[in-house]
Parts: sequence; C-alpha cells; structure tokens
Amino acid sequence: MDASSPLKSSPPENLRDRCQTLDLVLQVNGRSRRVVADPRVTLLDALRENLGLTGSKKGCDHGQCGACTVHVDGRRVLSCLTFAAAAEGKHITTIEGLAPQEGDLHPMQQAFMDHDAFQCGYCTPGQIMSAVACVTEGHAETDADIREYMSGNLCRCAAYPNIVDAIKQAKPLMRERDA
Amino acid sequence: MRPFSYQRVDSVSAAVQAGRIDANGHLDAPVQFLAGGTTLLDLMKLDVMRPQRIVDINPLETSLSDIAVESGDVRLGALARMSDVADHPAIRKDFPVIAQSLKLAASAQLRNMASLGGNVLQRTRCTYFRDVSWASCNKRIPGSGCAALEGVNRKHAVLGTSENCIATYPGDFAQALLALDATVDIAGVQGDRTIAFRDLHVKPGETPHVETTLLPGEIITAFRIAGEPWMKRSLYLKIRDRESYEFAIASAAVALDLQDGIVRQVRIAIGGMATVPWRSEEAEAVLTGKPLDEERARQAAQAAFAAARGRGENAFKPELGRETLVRALLEAATLEF
Repeated sequence: MDASSPLKSSPPENLRDRCQTLDLVLQVNGRSRRVVADPRVTLLDALRENLGLTGSKKGCDHGQCGACTVHVDGRRVLSCLTFAAAAEGKHITTIEGLAPQEGDLHPMQQAFMDHDAFQCGYCTPGQIMSAVACVTEGHAETDADIREYMSGNLCRCAAYPNIVDAIKQAKPLMRERDA
Repeated sequence: MRPFSYQRVDSVSAAVQAGRIDANGHLDAPVQFLAGGTTLLDLMKLDVMRPQRIVDINPLETSLSDIAVESGDVRLGALARMSDVADHPAIRKDFPVIAQSLKLAASAQLRNMASLGGNVLQRTRCTYFRDVSWASCNKRIPGSGCAALEGVNRKHAVLGTSENCIATYPGDFAQALLALDATVDIAGVQGDRTIAFRDLHVKPGETPHVETTLLPGEIITAFRIAGEPWMKRSLYLKIRDRESYEFAIASAAVALDLQDGIVRQVRIAIGGMATVPWRSEEAEAVLTGKPLDEERARQAAQAAFAAARGRGENAFKPELGRETLVRALLEAATLEF
C-alpha cells in the first residue's frame, strides 16, 4: 500500500470494513518482504507469523517487557505496539539481521555469550537489540546510564549485572568496527 | 482486538476530515488517530478502546515534528518523539523541566515511539479502567459507577477527584508544560485555534469519560512556550515505586524566577496525585514576592494539598506530595547556571 492506494483516495463507506486486507511491503533486514494482512496485525506478529522471523519474542504483548524490541529506521522500538501497516516504508532490523553475515555474530551477541548475560534466553533478542541501540545512542557511558536506558527490557532470570558487563565489552568493539 | 479499517493521511486537513465523526468523548470516538500508538494499541488489545477506523497521521511527521528554539521561544511539533525532545541540547539547557519530565518517563523504546501530542492524551492507568471485566468504570461506561472509590486505590488521585472518578492522570510531560505556561495549537474542521495547555484537560466531575476540550476531529499540532531566561531554573522531580520505568506516585514540576533569594514568580505543577495535570496557584501565591526557605516551601506545600482528599489506600499521598514539592522547590532554589 502506498500513497496512491485505493484505500487512501476512497476510504470504505462503512467506518469498520470487516473485510479490509492490506497488501504491504516491509523492508526487513535489507530485503523487501510482502505481507498480506488484516489491519490488526502488529509488526511483531507479521515478523513471527507471516515472515517466519521468530527471533523477536512475544512476552507481554503490551509494551511492558521489551522482548519484542526491533530497530525501525535505526531506532529501537516495540514491535508489539506497532501496527505492521505503520511500519511500511521503514527499514526494520531484527535480531536475525544484526550480524553482518550468516554464521558471524555481532559484537553484542558475542558479549552476551562471553558474560553469560542470560539464563532462559527468552528476553535475550530484545535485550541485544536494545543494548546495540543503547550504545549507538550514546547512552552506555556509565553503569548507571546503562541500567537506566536498559530499564525497558525485563529479565525474569535477573541476568542484569551480566547484561551491563556485556554492554561494556561490546561498546568499544562496536565503535572500532564502525570507525 | 476488534476489526477496524486503516487509513493513512498526508495532510492535517485530511486528518481532521477523517476524524470529524461525533462522539461522547473525544477519546472514545469511533475514529482514532494513530501516532506512536503506545497507548492506543495497548488499550485496543485490552478491549478498552474499540475504534472502527484508525487514521494513521505519521506521514505528517515531516511537517509536525519540529523542535525549534528561536529567540528564546519554543515550538514543539505534536509528532516530535519524546526521546528527540528529551535529548535536544537547547531544551536540556534552557528548559530542563521539559527534558527531565520526558527522560524520566516510560522506557527508551517507548520514548522513541511516543509523540508529544499522544503523550499528553495518554489515558489513566486505573486498573478498573484498564480491565474490562470490571463492570463499574464511569470513564469506560458512563454511569456505571466507580469501583476504585472503595477498591484497590493506592495509586489513585487525591486532587481534582469527584464522586464519579478518582483515576490519576499518569503523564509527566504535561506538568512541565503547565510549569512553563505552554499553549497548544489545535487544528480542526472549523479551523485552527490556540488554547492554554491548562485548558486542555478537564476534571472528571459528572462526566469522567470526557477528558479534554478537544472537539471531534481536532488534532494537536504543536506546543508553544514563551521562553524566559529564568526558566533555566526549572526541574522535574519524580518519585516512583521503583527506580526507573515506572509512573509517578508523586511528582513536582517547578519553574522558579528567583532574584537575590526573593521569588519574583514561580509556577508549580503536581503529578501522580491528581485526575488532570495539576497546577497549584495556591502554592505559587504563598511564595510569590517572598524569600524561599524551607519553612516557606512547607507552607506552599500545605497550600498545594489543602484540598486533597485520600480514600483508603491512598491516604498517604498528600504527605508524600508535600514532601516531594518541598524537595523540588529547595532543589530549584539551589540550581546554578
């Protein structure tokens, strides 16, 4: 659906069009992916159910836990509180697209392994996506800053101290890599 | 989530045309605008909000997300995101109460998503409002009663309440806007208008489901502040049940014009305590023209909460609110710039 979409120029007569189906193109991890979906489908559900990218996790589904964190146009957001339709035309990066190529690990992924920054692992993709953004935003300068700017990602296993250590390891490596 | 139709608009006039359908309260209208979506999707998933059509106004971002500080005055586009405003150097330097109120709210992800316009319109966290299995909520179902009056109400309001609703206004940024006497630019079917921010929200009274003075289809386009050099002496103090990522149980926004220890003018807003963003002119009157010391700050705090009324579990809140305001005032007085 784009600016010339029939929906936009002539919206359905009834406010609630029970049959409306959106034909969307999402830019996910550098590829154009077609998603045909009901308007209710969130970005998280489109990624997991329509595109088979199950790395992004559904924890609370209400924007409280951070497990669904992805990057949209380079910014960390919650895919469970984003309609897939509203993400059209934007560049979406998920945990699957973080490493430069298959088989490699992003420095943040390696750091999470090195520091045992998880137990069950369910929150980990969201933690890592958030942690990468925390560094690129410049909010990983002190331990206190890391804790504050990572507070939107809950870990029921309470791996928090190790997550802070992992971010501190990855930060200089990310900067070296991007320099 | 119930079915709805989705529509994108690329002009403000198209947005207000699409949203002009009449309703009891603006926030319950069958057509809802989608900006950051952080309140709307949550409440739709909970079946609290049941829009029939979503009008996505994010394409207006190019024209409505400016953050401009010119000749000391501030203009914040309604689609500017919380994180961008919180990190803006001129806002941080000259209007710290704005930057602090935004930075201390929600999480980094939510702040990247949520717009300023949506932020001030966010809805209460009252459990009885958010959980549709409760039959009584005058906000959700007008006339159905209020389960919070005699219920689990530790976090509920003590100021601006009525016999029909004690739900707390949950936001932080709104208090900063009050402390800086902001105005709101609004676009609507009848044309554009500007109102004082303090006239945007309405107390619950007999109609808790009516939360703002916005008319059907109206859309907030910008917030504006007539800047003054003394607004550098402003701050937002937020008290929470946990250190981060939590709504205020008490907060105070203070902007203080202090010369030689005498208060020339002061603006005080209180959060976490009231049904609407709450400005306390009573407290301001106690301080204006007087030296600011702890005793005077305590008198101001007494005045701010003179009309407070606790019910059951929230009876502790007036005292917490007073202590919060005293600390905010004394901290503001010692700020150096």
